[in-house]
Amino acid sequence: MEQSQQGGAPMIEMRKVEKWYGDFHALKSVDLTVRKGEKIVLCGPSGSGKSTLIRCINHLETIQDGEIVVSGHRLNDSQKAVDAVRREVGMVFQQFNLFPHKTVLENCILAPMRVRKLSRADAEATARRYLDRVRIGNQADKYPAQLSGGQQQRVAIARALCMEPKAMLFDEPTSALDPEMVKEVLDTMIGLARDGMTMICVTHEMGFARQVADRVIFMADGEIVEENDPDTFFRNPQHERSRAFLGEILAHH
Amino acid sequence: MGMQELTYLLQGLGWTLILTAMGFLGGIVFGVVVALMRVSSRPWLRYPAIAWIGLFQGTPLLMQLFVAYFGLPLLGFDVPAWAAVGFALTAHASAFLGEIWRGAIQAVPKGQTEAANALGLHARSRMFDVIVPQAFKLSLPATVGFLVQLLKGTSLAAIVGFIELARAGVIVSNQIYKPLVVFGVVGVMYFVICWPLSLYGRYLERRMSAGVSK
Repeated sequence: MEQSQQGGAPMIEMRKVEKWYGDFHALKSVDLTVRKGEKIVLCGPSGSGKSTLIRCINHLETIQDGEIVVSGHRLNDSQKAVDAVRREVGMVFQQFNLFPHKTVLENCILAPMRVRKLSRADAEATARRYLDRVRIGNQADKYPAQLSGGQQQRVAIARALCMEPKAMLFDEPTSALDPEMVKEVLDTMIGLARDGMTMICVTHEMGFARQVADRVIFMADGEIVEENDPDTFFRNPQHERSRAFLGEILAHH
Repeated sequence: MGMQELTYLLQGLGWTLILTAMGFLGGIVFGVVVALMRVSSRPWLRYPAIAWIGLFQGTPLLMQLFVAYFGLPLLGFDVPAWAAVGFALTAHASAFLGEIWRGAIQAVPKGQTEAANALGLHARSRMFDVIVPQAFKLSLPATVGFLVQLLKGTSLAAIVGFIELARAGVIVSNQIYKPLVVFGVVGVMYFVICWPLSLYGRYLERRMSAGVSK
């Protein structure tokens, strides 16, 4: 596949990926290459396979056929390969999934201490740096339930960044938020994009897509239907399904 | 009923508490093992736990006490009655607590496991840093509820001749021919221990549901 936007080395490569849930064909021969520093926005109707796609990248879902290579590590069922990939890729979930029994700071230092074997002091220093960066440093000793949804999601972003990932996956990060909190999370993501992070975002925030995406990928029924730069995609969608989809979501905005 | 009889009942109560403590503490230790085996992805760990839970949930405690009391000596273990009863209660409690905690572990939202996986945490850390602390909280009301059941269940030890509270009641009642008074007192003794525990369990449950709905 041709990539015109960025000259970076491939960070994430998916080749002929097939995914089934029983009889349901969730991903149909998906090919996708994401280069270092690239920002991809993945959109499409619900059930189109976009969440499934990014969840395959860090092996939260297993694939039945095809190949996934992340930063040179070819993903297979061996724990070693899975560990190597997860070390390179951070993920942010729709429901935040912070650990409710741990403070914000403890959420952020757990994996660096257990997985990267950092000392507590080093892990805390890193955590405070990223918490400051998502502008939530003064809440470090609170529990997740004491924070607003937007704050929780920013903590989740900081927690993922504490592992110093090379790429970040966002699975509808603003869908569970009250409208007034969407912006603070998107601003954080825009800041991350500006700093050159490789990102794949499943989102319906088309303003965000226009602003940061190098490519917009539209999926339907488990297939990548259309792939274009945001300008072309929004102004002149090529495929009938994408036109219908854009008509739907823009009508609501 | 005189002071002497009351003292006798209190001694019985003491044994009831000791049996409960033995069963509960032993049940906690082995229940953790049963619960972890039960949620394991490895069939050779999971199936023995399923069988263990099924065996003890599917047979009466009374029968379990008989088997331990008469069976252990047959197997060559010459143990005193309290040890046989403690053994049976421990096995019984490990199955029930194991099942309670299995449910609690699986009640922790799937997103927690996914977040732990996405962060690259390994099975041990995922279980003990993330899942178990949350499951422990979730399981507290049911665990306290089982403690009450277990305390009352120790009365079945009377059947193998063990003199705990219920058996002490029978003996005193046979001596002074005032069964209503004696069993009234015995009932009150059970009640003043079980009732506050039940209340505490209900309090924990209320506090938990308040926490869930924010």
